[in-house]
Amino acid sequence: MKPAPFVHHEPRSVEEAVATLAEVGHDGKVLAGGQSLIPVLNMRLASPNHLVDINRLPGCDRVEVGDDHVRVGALVRHAQLLADARAASALPLLGQALACVAHPAIRNRGTTVGSIAHADAAGEMPSVAVLTGAVIEAASVRGTREIAATDFFEGPLETTLEADEVVVAVRFGRFPTGTRTAFLEAARRHGDYAMAGVAVALGVTDGVVSDARASFVSVTPVPDILDLTEAVRGREPGTVDWSTVADAVAAHVDPEADIHASADYRRALVIELTQRAFAAAAQEGVA
Amino acid sequence: MTTRSIGHSVQRREDPRLVTGNGRYLDDLGRDALAAAFVRSPHAHATITGIDITDAWEVDGVEAIYTFEDLDELMARPLPVLIPHPALTHPRTCLALADTEVNHVGEPVVMVVARDRYVAEDAAARIVVSYETKPVVVGVAAAREAALAVHDDVPDNVAAHLIQEVGDVDAALACSPHRLTIPLTIERSACMPMEGKGVYAVWDRDDASMRMWSSTQTSTGVRAAVAARLGIPLARIQCMAPDVGGGFGVKINHPWPEELLVPWAARALGRPVKWAEDRREHFVSSAHERQQLQEVEVGFDDDGRILALDVKVWHDNGAYTPYGIIVPIITATQLLGPYKPGTYRCEFWSLYTNTVIVTPYRGAGRPQGVFAMERTMDAIAAFLGKDRTEVRSTNFILPQDMPYDHGLMFQDGRPLKYDSGDFPASLAKLKALVGWDDFAAYREQAEAEGRKVGLGIGCYVEGTGVGPYEGGHVHVETSGQVFVATGLTSQGQGHETAFAQIVADELGVRFEDVHVTTGDTRRMPYAVGTFASRAAVMSGNAVAAAAKVVREKALRIAADALEANPDDLEIEDGVISVKGAPDTQISLSTVAVLSNPLRYAFDDAAKAATQFAGTFDPDKPPVAEGDEPGLEGKGFYSPTQATFANGMHAAIVETDPVTAEIRILRYCVVHDCGVMINPLIVEGQVHGGVAQGVGGALYERMAYDESGQLLNASFMDFLVPYASEVPFIETDHLETPSPLNPLGIKGAGEAGTIPVSAVLASAIEDAEGFPILSMPISPSELWELRRQRASAAAHSATTEGDR
Repeated sequence: MKPAPFVHHEPRSVEEAVATLAEVGHDGKVLAGGQSLIPVLNMRLASPNHLVDINRLPGCDRVEVGDDHVRVGALVRHAQLLADARAASALPLLGQALACVAHPAIRNRGTTVGSIAHADAAGEMPSVAVLTGAVIEAASVRGTREIAATDFFEGPLETTLEADEVVVAVRFGRFPTGTRTAFLEAARRHGDYAMAGVAVALGVTDGVVSDARASFVSVTPVPDILDLTEAVRGREPGTVDWSTVADAVAAHVDPEADIHASADYRRALVIELTQRAFAAAAQEGVA
Repeated sequence: MTTRSIGHSVQRREDPRLVTGNGRYLDDLGRDALAAAFVRSPHAHATITGIDITDAWEVDGVEAIYTFEDLDELMARPLPVLIPHPALTHPRTCLALADTEVNHVGEPVVMVVARDRYVAEDAAARIVVSYETKPVVVGVAAAREAALAVHDDVPDNVAAHLIQEVGDVDAALACSPHRLTIPLTIERSACMPMEGKGVYAVWDRDDASMRMWSSTQTSTGVRAAVAARLGIPLARIQCMAPDVGGGFGVKINHPWPEELLVPWAARALGRPVKWAEDRREHFVSSAHERQQLQEVEVGFDDDGRILALDVKVWHDNGAYTPYGIIVPIITATQLLGPYKPGTYRCEFWSLYTNTVIVTPYRGAGRPQGVFAMERTMDAIAAFLGKDRTEVRSTNFILPQDMPYDHGLMFQDGRPLKYDSGDFPASLAKLKALVGWDDFAAYREQAEAEGRKVGLGIGCYVEGTGVGPYEGGHVHVETSGQVFVATGLTSQGQGHETAFAQIVADELGVRFEDVHVTTGDTRRMPYAVGTFASRAAVMSGNAVAAAAKVVREKALRIAADALEANPDDLEIEDGVISVKGAPDTQISLSTVAVLSNPLRYAFDDAAKAATQFAGTFDPDKPPVAEGDEPGLEGKGFYSPTQATFANGMHAAIVETDPVTAEIRILRYCVVHDCGVMINPLIVEGQVHGGVAQGVGGALYERMAYDESGQLLNASFMDFLVPYASEVPFIETDHLETPSPLNPLGIKGAGEAGTIPVSAVLASAIEDAEGFPILSMPISPSELWELRRQRASAAAHSATTEGDR
């Protein structure tokens, strides 16, 4: 459980970081919080020859709240974002989901942007990125480009990020006023990767449901959005029978079996979690 | 009179060291030692056809690469069968490094020694071992079916087959009013100490001697095994167990291949060598336990009294049997718990599979036995419509039956004879603690809220403190400080505290002045080890015996000095005085000086013991015939049989009606380990044990695939419960002293773990209303069970309708 040899790069600027990435290309990996990468290296499941350690990049540790977004820098730790009162007030879903990300020790090191770039289908933050219509800011020697979250995730652990690009920030979109959100997941142990999870956003206009969308954890190959508005549009949120969304959820998800849970169980689980999440959102969490 | 220390919840004196990062574990030693890494088999069953190490030598910093070919005659022998048994007709053990065949993933094939562990792993990664794979046997059912064999010369995979029977079970079954057959399954788990195994060896070429340290539960055992395989006299090898980060059984098996190879390489290279097992290695090359298939047939009367109990057990022993058949023997004997069935027969088969070896894990076969017995009790109660505690009471061995001889042979080769216990009293305490009789009302209220809750129970008896012996050595230095050594080892149990309490009381000194060393063959070369909840019973009584020897000697010397009768003296806080005349006194430190006549005064205290001090009678030899210099003494404790602790647990669980998630709402323990040396430590043992039991019941399993690959060999997928998964534990204690030892104590180390799977199965069954026959159980599995039940019910409804 010791990594194979690698060259450790410590760029002091984004320019230096992307220059190094351009040089090492596919033979390099970006190291931020290291909560997924280091175990992979130690188990020699991956042996990149270059690690580009971005922990010393200036200015990447900031959370900025704008009118329509919350911008999270590449070095913002989950714990820092979780504790950010302005972000919590601007986009309560962030805190609702971050509380489910592993444990304090992991949240203290792991970065929110890193978990999105890692694109684990069992990660909480990719589904939050998708549901909020986030924009991924990717830098390379060719400049900076913006990628919509819905275009970012290609498959489990696969993104449209090029080998010479580094994500410098993610801008999570803020929901329209009156949107209520909830995040629910079921894990074998508290803080484990979820057997199934769901982020929901419930738009309420003039006292009735105008929008109902969900994005899932662990039960879809990539996080995407399931729009359930048609089933519940125009109803008073407190009176909705959420079992009406069950069939749509069942048709949308495609869970796989593993040693912790069967595929059928995960499907049943996420149907229930989705109903409970919408019910919870309907009760509270006005954004 | 000094306050007695025994019986008080003294704070553990090792904790400040251990919790502030100042413990010295194996990997904290030998900073500059060479590091070893191993190439291990990636296949569960294969023939080795070639090993190419050429590339590995290219790595800078490699010092040695060893394969089986490099081993000398002693080292090339199969590892010992530690505990032979007549029923173990086909024992098999591995080689230190595999020769032509590997029988499980993780078996060591090549050893690399290098400048550090990074280099050693780089080199190991370049070694190419060629294999021809063979079909694998995974799981007890496949082993029992024996379509394939693990060892070619054991075609039925049966390492051992043993039947023990008391009374005529067949006849009793035939005339029982009611009979039930219950098939049961328990899956694999493992000890998973936070610190893996580790070995560090230093060969002194000039002195031709070895000093080695191992993260072991038996330093004397490792020392003897290494001496035998390296051909070193015992006088030339010492073995120490440093701070050990948990054992739970896996570190009692010895010698591990690495425990032989590391000192062997250290001698060959003339350099210190160290190996610290990493987590992945621990998963695939240490030991597992627990997997059994069981079939219980029980005959009983209208009261639920068991007239005949016929149990068959198919036990998975993994690829080899270095630790013999201790685990299934314990299952077969301890299954009986606090009950006295009219007749009993247990037949077991210990079977080979192409998986990691099976050796005792905290509880050691008892959790499986208790599962069988307690599931049976619940099944009888369900069949008769009786309260589950009533059926248990009907079958209890009563206090007036003690000592109770089951007529079976226990794991120590001695009769299974309970020394004491009051099971009806324990049950009464448990029922009061959990509110057994009020549960129906609680359930009714929960059901009204749409919640499903269940109440479960499990009882066990645990043979603890097995022999053959342990020893203690107590030495009072001239400073008055008391140094105690016992040979068995510590893995965090609090021995430094508990043994100091005993010696403080026995000797009459302050607890603070007593210092305990364990697991160091330099200080106490005669010892067995820490396992079977035996440390407190064995070493506790041994250090007490040693302290008595010292006390008598101190009184004798003091009596001479004070010109008093030894019978008139007492020792309190390290001062010996004449009863009723406290001013006539002498300190233990002065007595220590006087005990050792000296020629040379190296400090002020020593002056009193030199030849011109006028202290000694010139007409007598300075050391009397038959006496020894020094205020020290040894004592050994060797019991005729084990002492039997017992306990009863109850739990209330809630199962989610939709998601089938299982939550433990309350967990109650009534525990009887005889006299408690330190109730705080006992409580801690119970808590830790329950936590580990919860792991085994709801979270942990070894997920092997069909090819014998372990799919969850990391802490990400092998689910050790976190603090968030362990319930608050409510405890109550009964203290039924053991009549077998002077201190009246019984072991407590494994107790908490033993019944947890049985208790939680009982509670989940009570919540769900259908039998739970396999543990551990996950929400997914419970959900699948519900679905099967629903589909079977729907099917039978359809069939009914068709009629």
